[in-house]
Amino acid sequence: MLDKNGIAKRIAKEVKEGYYVNLGIGIPTLVANYVNKNLSVEFQSENGVLGMGPFPYDEDVDADIINAGKQTITTLPGASFFDSAMSFSMIRGKHVDLTILGAMEVSENGDIANWKIPGKMVKGMGGAMDLVASAENIIVAMMHTNKKGESKLLKSCSLPLTGVGCVKKIVTNLAVLEVTKYGFKLLERAPGVSVQKIKDSTEGNLIIDSEIQEMKIS
Amino acid sequence: MINKKVLNVKSALEGIEDNMTIMLGGFGLCGIPEKSIDELVKLKVKGLTCISNNAGVDDFGLGLLLKDHQIKKMISSYVGENNEFERQMLSGELEVDLLPQGTIAELCRASQAGFPAIYTPAGFGTEVAKGKESREFNGKMYILEYAFKADFSIVKAWKGDEAGNLIFKGTARNFNPNMCGAATITVAEVEELYPVGVLDPNEIHIPGIFIQRIFKGNDYEKRIEQRTITQR
Repeated sequence: MLDKNGIAKRIAKEVKEGYYVNLGIGIPTLVANYVNKNLSVEFQSENGVLGMGPFPYDEDVDADIINAGKQTITTLPGASFFDSAMSFSMIRGKHVDLTILGAMEVSENGDIANWKIPGKMVKGMGGAMDLVASAENIIVAMMHTNKKGESKLLKSCSLPLTGVGCVKKIVTNLAVLEVTKYGFKLLERAPGVSVQKIKDSTEGNLIIDSEIQEMKIS
Repeated sequence: MINKKVLNVKSALEGIEDNMTIMLGGFGLCGIPEKSIDELVKLKVKGLTCISNNAGVDDFGLGLLLKDHQIKKMISSYVGENNEFERQMLSGELEVDLLPQGTIAELCRASQAGFPAIYTPAGFGTEVAKGKESREFNGKMYILEYAFKADFSIVKAWKGDEAGNLIFKGTARNFNPNMCGAATITVAEVEELYPVGVLDPNEIHIPGIFIQRIFKGNDYEKRIEQRTITQR
């Protein structure tokens, strides 16, 4: 089974040469730490920066330079700042190659819910609805089950949706899955996790049509 | 040169009344018009509709106006870390229109640029689309969102000159440029205010034509929400 950093490490392998990548809050933010340093990749944060770097040293902290998670950051050579409308032009206009975000629920047809629990919690959608409505390459990073042990990979989402039919791939603490016309296709299993365990933890239709290899992360 | 300079925040906000609609720049606490928000608290104006991506935190930024129940309605994309905002919303004390961040940005820009509405794919198939017109373009569904109508737009910039030209810094830029000229009156507060001729026209982000009033604010707090650092 993977921890949050393990999920981030596995997703980092999906980042390819020349990609502009938007990372959501939470596990997705960790992905930046594991991307192959030999690749030319730029991270976009929707509040208005492209070419995001690591967190600053204490003395370099600048309140005017943050990411979408409101964390203080640095920029790398070649970086740029821009306004919110331009930021979402990059996103809506499909100039960003890969979007990685967290979710509370994903359904077998690729719907995603991650912004509201009616009557209990309303965080707001932030930029997530814009991202999922336009991005062509969306990977969800999340735990396979919620705190009560219930599956987060469902036949249909029970929570208010963020977007419809948009998720392409999901990486959880248990598995890597692809969203297909017929449901969740199991691609890889996490180290030490059995196919049976993944079956038991997945409420939506799970497709297993070959021998499932253990994922390689290093 | 048309001089937009006013002496202080008080003159800058002259004419703000109860029940007005006000746009405020900023993302989280980054690039918010701190001085104008403090003045709105002092003015005790009530029944405001605020268009702002966030609503500050409990004791800073727009959170100060929420605490005093000066805001009737918020149009935002993210409630996030503001407990009072979430509480007032869930209890129904506060009317809240949650819109996708990119939709808010583009609706500001539309108001600025003279477009009555936009079509966006964001929110199609979700409760954001409820009651809104939708339309298919090239096989994809979009929803119609109407541009904002606001009385005041209040933005924060780094440098400005007396003609109202603005330069923003880092990610404190965010919604600020998009809100300039998007309301009847745009007020800009800046950290550094120069006579005309000092700022290089090549480096201006927002031309003064979009600004009606500009003033220099002092002692910006610039509170940080998440101070994340790399250890040496």
